[in-house]
Amino acid sequence: MDWGALHTILGGVNKHSTSIGKIWLTVLFIFRIMILVVAAEKVWGDEQDDFVCNTLQPGCRNVCYDHFFPISHIRLWALQLIFVSTPALLVAMHVAYRRHEKKRQFRKGDQKCEFKDMEEIRKQRFRIEGSLWWTYTSSIFFRLIFEAVFMYAFYFMYDGFRMPRLMKCNAWPCPNTVDCFVSRPTEKTVFTIFMIAVSSICILLNVAELCYLLTKFFLRRSKKAGNSKQQPNHENKEETKQNEMNELISDSCQNTVIGFSS
Amino acid sequence: MSWAFLRDLLSGVNKYSTGIGRIWVAVVFMFRLLVYVAAAENIWKHEHDEFECNIKQPGCENVCFDHFFPVSHIRLWALQLIMVSTPSLLVVFHVAYRENREKHHNQKLYKNPGKIDGGLLCTYLISLILKTGLEIAFLVLFYKLYNGFKIPRLVKCDIKPCPNTVDCYISKPTEKMIFLYFLVATSCLCIILNLGELGYLIFKYSIKCYLKRHMKKQQ
Repeated sequence: MDWGALHTILGGVNKHSTSIGKIWLTVLFIFRIMILVVAAEKVWGDEQDDFVCNTLQPGCRNVCYDHFFPISHIRLWALQLIFVSTPALLVAMHVAYRRHEKKRQFRKGDQKCEFKDMEEIRKQRFRIEGSLWWTYTSSIFFRLIFEAVFMYAFYFMYDGFRMPRLMKCNAWPCPNTVDCFVSRPTEKTVFTIFMIAVSSICILLNVAELCYLLTKFFLRRSKKAGNSKQQPNHENKEETKQNEMNELISDSCQNTVIGFSS
Repeated sequence: MSWAFLRDLLSGVNKYSTGIGRIWVAVVFMFRLLVYVAAAENIWKHEHDEFECNIKQPGCENVCFDHFFPVSHIRLWALQLIMVSTPSLLVVFHVAYRENREKHHNQKLYKNPGKIDGGLLCTYLISLILKTGLEIAFLVLFYKLYNGFKIPRLVKCDIKPCPNTVDCYISKPTEKMIFLYFLVATSCLCIILNLGELGYLIFKYSIKCYLKRHMKKQQ
């Protein structure tokens, strides 16, 4: 069980995401998880061993390290990545639930269902509308909240994003104020700023995706209100165009049937 | 053999679970297994090396560490994850038994061997009760072994061969405490999910039974 397993789980959600969602997932895996595993973990690997205090007093180093680093950057990032990835599971569960319903319809021999076999149902991509829209939008909203909370926690805990070279510590049992030196402060600062920058990019992507979904929602609503006066065939042509633009396949057997019959 | 084995095992269980059961599997994967492997393991990696006592007496550090940490938090956590995931296998075995029976008799004995009814319902309920019991048992064990869920910065030790009461310092106590609380929180969440699922299944099948009897009486 590792980040690879997370990739498998989220990869399934990718199919049903918007284009911005797919970009977000790519940024998450390449610029955050991969960087964390391949580079950042090694930079912070020896953080306590190489945290040196100018005293021979046993225990002073431990206590000072614990005082300045209540929770290590690397662990905070790992938690941030896990929390930020979790809302996508809501979408995965919703899709799985819809697929389960389709399979039940198919098994009952519902003739309205357009699928020929179970394989088609398994491979189907769902359109983001109806209740799935709400689930998807909530997941993006939660993602934003988690990103913001963790960025604030970072800023609050470490007084900014810079790693100082020297920290002065006078926690007991240190006999007086001692100088403690952090290992690789510049490299750690560079990686911290990098991770914060990529976090900000992910926040922007999420905001953009949210705006896109809201715009689509209001456009669809105004079209439905307008189209109740227009001819149904014209409405279908416009919807088909929208389908091609968004590259999402219709998911509702019933919607298709009603659309054609009206 | 690694955590991937447990992950594959649980993916198999997912097929025969209710909706709440699937949420439970997701919580175990994301918030317990992944957090353990990606973050928690590294915190406790060098806990013995970084445990420091204010004394040069050989053997004193070893003896004190052993006294305060009979079983390390991280090992207990791993044991808890394994024990808590295992009862779900009872359901998988029962379904496999049903499928085997069908093959043996060469006829369809069950509408759907994976559907939770009859004997499989009992097995499922037993697995839920076992899971909940084990979660609570491990939480109590954690609490009793370490006098609560706090990890102090300093512990005082006077076991032989330490010549007197020495100060011993635990490494990264705050970080360890944060993850310990996280473990307790996720455990409690899993207990709530298990109890919820138990209640839901009992309620659902009681209603079914009641309706069946009602229909029979009407006939």
